[in-house]
Amino acid sequence: MDAAIRVDALGKRFGTLEVLRDVSCAIADGEVVCIIGPSGSGKSTLLRCMNGLEEATSGRVLVHGVPVHDHGTDLDVVRRDVGMVFQRFNLFPHKTVLENLMLAPCLLRGLSAAEARDRADALLDKVGVLDKRDAWPNQLSGGQQQRVAIARALAMQPRIMLFDEPTSSLDPEMVGEVLAVMQQLAEDGMTMVVVTHEMGFARRVAHRVLFLDRGQLVEEGPPDQLFGAPREERTRQFLARELRD
Amino acid sequence: MDAPQILWFGWFRADIIQEYAPLFWEGLRMTVGVTVVCIVQGTLLGLLLGLARLADARQPATRLALRVLLRWPATIYVSFFRGTPLFVQILLMHFAVVPLFVNPTDGWLLAGDTARELRQNYGAVITGIVALTLNAGAYISEIFRAGIQSIDRGQSEAARSLGLSYAQTMRHVVLPQAFRRMLPPLGNNAIALLKDSSLVSAVGLAELAYAARTVAGAYSRYWEPYLTISLMYWMLTLALAWGVRRLEARYGRGDSR
Repeated sequence: MDAAIRVDALGKRFGTLEVLRDVSCAIADGEVVCIIGPSGSGKSTLLRCMNGLEEATSGRVLVHGVPVHDHGTDLDVVRRDVGMVFQRFNLFPHKTVLENLMLAPCLLRGLSAAEARDRADALLDKVGVLDKRDAWPNQLSGGQQQRVAIARALAMQPRIMLFDEPTSSLDPEMVGEVLAVMQQLAEDGMTMVVVTHEMGFARRVAHRVLFLDRGQLVEEGPPDQLFGAPREERTRQFLARELRD
Repeated sequence: MDAPQILWFGWFRADIIQEYAPLFWEGLRMTVGVTVVCIVQGTLLGLLLGLARLADARQPATRLALRVLLRWPATIYVSFFRGTPLFVQILLMHFAVVPLFVNPTDGWLLAGDTARELRQNYGAVITGIVALTLNAGAYISEIFRAGIQSIDRGQSEAARSLGLSYAQTMRHVVLPQAFRRMLPPLGNNAIALLKDSSLVSAVGLAELAYAARTVAGAYSRYWEPYLTISLMYWMLTLALAWGVRRLEARYGRGDSR
């Protein structure tokens, strides 16, 4: 059985800047993995390599056995099964909430408008924004927008969900509502990779935590071990800084 | 003296305009027709050129191919048509390019009597439409390029992450948003095109400016015909500007921050 995601000796440079160095890890089906680390440590780049938003400089990424960066791979097909949630939501501002959720399933999953609408309604209900289904994205709060963005990704019924700092651009009082939706998703058994600064969430929800620093995977382990008894000095320093505030 | 003179304000020979009214109406129809056709074609050409100038790919080999086959030719094209006078382009088109393709003896596209008739009856229209379209396409491609680039990268990343192809992303996500931002510059371009169409009178296209010149030649009066077409152009540009404002109001809603 292939891992949901396998990262093999992944390297990534932007010009002379080395962002990822020889990163290897695997994410099993149904697993919830949080990636933590200081800003600029390459967390987001690692996540964006997982659905091919970034090219790999060396190494490879397999999603359910399919090499994402191979030139023969049809990335569009891979991405249908890998949902992504962004820091800045990236809802389509010219479409209503409902239309945001219906676009991809209608185009790519062959759903009729009625089927897509039913699915969208169910998902909007699940993330608690059904009453906003006919609103425009710019009429929503940040927390509502991010919940809609999660629902939009789920509307494709992906097998994996990637979250790129989903709460980092939210006002503090809205962080909770988004994390609650993500926790529910984790409890439903979704395979999730979450880049986050929310240590509490990582501790509570993740099955495993990866700590990245300066492009390297420094340490990984179950949250209790990584937060409770980190093996590496760099991890300890980071956690000390992070948990102080 | 066949018709009585009608004087307005003691000097404006309104009877001349009256006598030549059909010519002015014909000219107006031609001006509007050529402008509309060229706006539509120029927009399509501009879209294709704009996309060609943004063509990119992940694989180095494909990227190089796209550069050589699409980006560079499109860039050179746009540079030429923006870097030379439209008037010169029209003359070049009429006396050099069109005869190369349509010519009774050895036209590349058309030869024989059909070519002769086409050139005689529609030569100026063909020149006008082709030259104005090619020129407008170059300017409009810049509008498309800027419009597409002004859309946040996160939009296409979100669309691609859902599994939409490049074409689907352009069609459903990027272009509808870019189009709103492009409306004002596209409107300006349409107005410029309307006014520039007067240049095609130089090769004998019977539009407004040509009508005025004909009348001026017949009567050696200049205020009457040129003031008349000035007002007609002015009304047309005002109408166009009003139409663009209506479109902006209609498509402006739901736009992001």
